[in-house]
Amino acid sequence: MTAKLQLSGIKKQLRGRQVLDGVDIDVAAGRSLVIIGGSGQGKSVTLKCALGLMKPDAGQVLVDGADVTRMPPEIRARVMRKFGMLFQGGALFDSLPVWENIAFRLIYADKISRSDARERAIEAMRKVRLATEFADVRPIELSGGMQKRAGLARAIIAKPDILFFDEPTTGLDPITADAINDLIVEMVKDLGCAAVSITHDMPSARKIADEIAMLHGGRIVWRGPTTTLDTSGNAMVEQFVAGRADGPIQAVV
Amino acid sequence: MINPFAPIGRGLIGILAEIGRFSAFAGQAVASCFAPPIFFGQFLRQCMAIGYFSLPVIGLTAVFIGAALALNIYVGGARFNAESFVPNIVVLGITRELGPVLAGLMLAGRVSAGIAAEIGTMRVTEQLDAMTTLSTDPFKYLIAPRVLAATLTLPLLVMVADIIGVMGGYLVAVNSLDFNGAAYLRNTFNFLESQDVILGLVKAAVFGFIIAAMGAYQGYNSSGGALGVGRATTNAVVGSIVLILAVNYLITAFFVE
Repeated sequence: MTAKLQLSGIKKQLRGRQVLDGVDIDVAAGRSLVIIGGSGQGKSVTLKCALGLMKPDAGQVLVDGADVTRMPPEIRARVMRKFGMLFQGGALFDSLPVWENIAFRLIYADKISRSDARERAIEAMRKVRLATEFADVRPIELSGGMQKRAGLARAIIAKPDILFFDEPTTGLDPITADAINDLIVEMVKDLGCAAVSITHDMPSARKIADEIAMLHGGRIVWRGPTTTLDTSGNAMVEQFVAGRADGPIQAVV
Repeated sequence: MINPFAPIGRGLIGILAEIGRFSAFAGQAVASCFAPPIFFGQFLRQCMAIGYFSLPVIGLTAVFIGAALALNIYVGGARFNAESFVPNIVVLGITRELGPVLAGLMLAGRVSAGIAAEIGTMRVTEQLDAMTTLSTDPFKYLIAPRVLAATLTLPLLVMVADIIGVMGGYLVAVNSLDFNGAAYLRNTFNFLESQDVILGLVKAAVFGFIIAAMGAYQGYNSSGGALGVGRATTNAVVGSIVLILAVNYLITAFFVE
């Protein structure tokens, strides 16, 4: 199957530290890849390089086979329209009501009329099961789970080809987290898009992933189907999945 | 052996590097003001926030400065029997110097700090990254409207400050210093030249640009949570004030020569 998104040999140094040292991942349309790994191992940097928020020092970010790192900014911006992203803290704009947050891309990038954009935002709110009575409130008035739903609605409203999730369940209670996981699975299936998520949360990873990759020391040290996670044969994966302090990975305290 | 000049050199290089980074940022901000898409609604909103809502603070500053200026010039002028020059020097001081500089300094506190805090918070909560992933350039949506609004509204605010400042001097002169009101105003308008007003307005436009660009620059480059946003806000105010005072001298020297 052709990769919708492929990261090849991505290297990135930050403040003199080699955070990514040749990351290779790829994900096909309709498939969900979850990257797991300890804190400070470069999961967020990988996602930022894929999204074009950070320029890698070396390597390629291929979207449908085209390297976005070498594209002129205006063409890259067009390719980026294929992306949708759910940020860890929601990253909703405080100054705008919830519906305008969700419809932001439609209004300001796609130049759709505000009334049409509002209709589509309401429809997206229904899809993520966020009560439409919250359309006109400010994001600060929403609970953490609701903010995630609003963020998810914003990510899917333009029907992206590739969806990114940064710690989608962090800070949520287990029931809300499970509801968000269900929504992610449902949205990825509905849209038929490729999904890349990063998380520490193993129940979440097991639920939303078709495949799991483990990032450690700036490289992917293991990758396999979710069903093989418990029989990976990789000491680092086993330690991480079991949540043990002793093992090849040193705990950062 | 420790070279005593090394820290001075490092500091100087750091300052020059910062000036270079700010100049590049300001250049990008200017380019964003004229390249489509133009977010006109955002520009109008910023005109209200930066211009209209700064009127009370600018008005209060101007009236008290005008009044104090009249008293001081009266006392100083009395030493040379030159009390009658109060209206002339008040209007000159207000339009050429105190109006734009004090408006600039007040807005450095109110506007530059506000912009730095708002954009800085957006930076540390990933809202700027979110905006980029939503195919919208933060330079065009956030920074260009603020820079343009501050550059265009500060001259208007200074025009208001000039009028209120002169009125402050007038009120003190007429009520406390026994000046004739009609004569005071006649002297003011006869003495005032268009280049005095133009100098003040040119300064105001440049100060407006500095205030918004410095606030946006510090906010855009902030990092490290609440502490980083606090630092960005402080740097925005201090940077704006220092730059306003330095540029004020350069513009004045240019016009005088």
